[in-house]
Amino acid sequence: MKITGAEIFIECLKKEGVRYIFGYPGGVVLSIFDLLYDNKDIQLILTRHEQGAVHASDGYARSTGKVGVVLVTSGPGATNTVTGIATAFMDSIPVVVFSGQVSTPLIGNDAFQEADIVGISRPCTKYNYLVKDVKDLSRIVKEAFHIAMSGRPGPVLIDLPKDVTASKAEFTWPEIKIRSYNPTYEGNKWMITQAAHLIAKSKKAVIIAGGGVILSNGSKELRELAEHTEIPVTMTLMGLGSFPGAHELSLGMPGMHGTYYANKAIQESDLLIAIGMRFDDRVTGRIDAFAPHAKIIHIDIDPTSIRKNVRVDIPIVGDVKRVLTVLNKVLKEDIKEQWGEVRKAWLRQIYTWRHERPLSYTYSDEVIKPQFVVEKIYELTKGDAIITTEVGQNQMWTAQFYKFDRPRTLLTSGGLGTMGYGFPAAIGAQLAHPNKLVIDIAGDGSILMNIQELATAVLHKLPVKVAILNNHYLGMVRQWQELFFNERYSYSHLHSDIVPDFVKVAEAYGAVGFRATKSSEVEPVLKEAFKIKKTVFMDFIVDWKEKVYPMVPAGAAIDQMLFEEHKDKPEKKLKAVK
Amino acid sequence: MRHTISLLVENKFGVLSRISSLFSGRGYNIESLSVGETIDPQISIMTIVTSGDDQIIEQITKQLNKLIDVIKVVDMTELDHVEREMVLIKVAPKQEDKAEVLRLAEIFRGRVVDSGQKTYTIEVTGDEKKIEAIVELLKPMGIKEFVRTGKIAIAREGVKKG
Ligand SMILES: Cc1ncc(C[n+]2csc(CCOP(=O)(O)OP(=O)(O)O)c2C)c(N)n1
Ligand SMILES: [Mg+2]
Repeated sequence: MKITGAEIFIECLKKEGVRYIFGYPGGVVLSIFDLLYDNKDIQLILTRHEQGAVHASDGYARSTGKVGVVLVTSGPGATNTVTGIATAFMDSIPVVVFSGQVSTPLIGNDAFQEADIVGISRPCTKYNYLVKDVKDLSRIVKEAFHIAMSGRPGPVLIDLPKDVTASKAEFTWPEIKIRSYNPTYEGNKWMITQAAHLIAKSKKAVIIAGGGVILSNGSKELRELAEHTEIPVTMTLMGLGSFPGAHELSLGMPGMHGTYYANKAIQESDLLIAIGMRFDDRVTGRIDAFAPHAKIIHIDIDPTSIRKNVRVDIPIVGDVKRVLTVLNKVLKEDIKEQWGEVRKAWLRQIYTWRHERPLSYTYSDEVIKPQFVVEKIYELTKGDAIITTEVGQNQMWTAQFYKFDRPRTLLTSGGLGTMGYGFPAAIGAQLAHPNKLVIDIAGDGSILMNIQELATAVLHKLPVKVAILNNHYLGMVRQWQELFFNERYSYSHLHSDIVPDFVKVAEAYGAVGFRATKSSEVEPVLKEAFKIKKTVFMDFIVDWKEKVYPMVPAGAAIDQMLFEEHKDKPEKKLKAVK
Repeated sequence: MRHTISLLVENKFGVLSRISSLFSGRGYNIESLSVGETIDPQISIMTIVTSGDDQIIEQITKQLNKLIDVIKVVDMTELDHVEREMVLIKVAPKQEDKAEVLRLAEIFRGRVVDSGQKTYTIEVTGDEKKIEAIVELLKPMGIKEFVRTGKIAIAREGVKKG
């Protein structure tokens, strides 16, 4: 029996086991929306902006490991998805976006609400399609889900012209084979053996774990590697949660706002084992001064990540989980070396650095320190929550002071650094995990970028918590202006103590709003918020002068760090310590 | 250094744009690019001449390989291969130079493919050096227009392509 393209679309999603679509309607997709109206298997979550829909699907994907699905209309609906798609692309998140398109005969005619979304999204998707014939639709959908999830994951867009969804074809669910797409999963055994020997002989090794560990579900294997070889682990922003943050071998995050001891360890190391990470400039700082004494083993599924930014001694292309499984086996079965004593000396050295300059801030009884809020959230949740962040200081303090112990518990826009990501992502994560505590740690600037999703959260009864670290500023911008632009605060003051009133905003949408202005109020507000089964905004009025430290100035080596100024040396504002 | 990269790609809508936007988006330069069908009409072959140090060329070939529509990438520069390019040159020589133009065309095994009152159009095929040589020699005679195809390349018999 022949059915319409719109019906084929629904059948395909059922085959892929899709439960939720995040979307927004419009002219050319109304026939699909009509079918969703009484569909029992698939629910559409109506966000209040298409960007919110993509971030929500991304939060759903990051928190579950499944594909997130989006459906929007042509033209402005499609262009509104671009930031969301680019965010998912930079962080390798599997999302499939369906955009409506004007009918094929009109394409190229500047028709009403026509946008060349295939052209626009080409550089920020893993792949994209324009469906020209309804007979290709089911194959294309199947390929899209496969491409989004396999290899190095990423977003895929499918542009659906209106006439294609209206015309009819038999529904088939074909076997797919993409001859030009064959990701490498198994690492080269010889290279892995070489790596094992290098690890066994190393005296000052450090593991840098990235988002790839989480994407490949390789946390268990990573822990086994670290514990067996007694090598400390530092996790990039995307890698937080891939290794327990509270583990004695954890060094926290490296890089621009990383810990002193992680950066020191990297700079002094004789071997770096880089796993599922891509040597972003926020991690490496000045590239020619990065890890000057280290040999580098680089494990990644994407060959283009290897030797893109740093020289590599042992490249291993493959899936992190599978490569680590083999590496652990070789280390346990074939390696005779004893490393106990050498490792102890190295870990002692790191321990000294850790005590010399731990992560710290100056607590105050009066004004709320933003780091204190993050610490309290960790304390009260005991790490058993899904945390999303916005971008700026709020994101860095979360990365520093919340110890992520499990994978998929931190959802943050690392690569693109998209303000406005955290709240819709929290909505997507909450939908997938109805009984989990999901908290967006936000900034007063970022939260306004997708504030409209309050309606989505409230109407779907999603008990997402938003903790706004309200410093009245675009804090990270203000920090750079203070340190590097002579305290000229050009257009970074938001006056969020006056506008808006976040408590009232929350209430206007039917959510609950709390405010805390003193340190003593932080814990009660958090406890109350976590108890309520409703969407809650918490407006924490924090010390606006607070900065994120340590900090490596842009372009400096990662051990050239600035620290919080010390009261005993007021004449010198900044101190770079090597 | 200059490299000639040969790629087999799916003959699909948008492929050329994916490849050219990879080069522009990442700041690699394309000196020439030629595309044509292969014996299998579903597959096209592209020849791209680009330049860069070893690390850049490694990235270019890896990035090309990563594109879903790219079936195979071969850096011809590393192989024993034959390269050819064709040029069409329209010359407008003075009366006294006409014989010289025809003589040069013959030396370079070119062919006159069009001639009129004032101009000859000459077709020459060869490697880059040859093309550049004839262009240099014809310049003083008055080149009005010239068009190059861009390079194409093929491996010699028995050479394994990766
Ligand atoms: C969409 C977008 N626009 C601009 C920026 C640049 N930017 C980075 S951090 C930041 C300030 C964020 O302010 P806020 O949300 O209040 O966070 P805070 O740093 O104060 O914690 C800005 C403007 C960005 N990352 N994303
Ligand atoms: Mg702020």
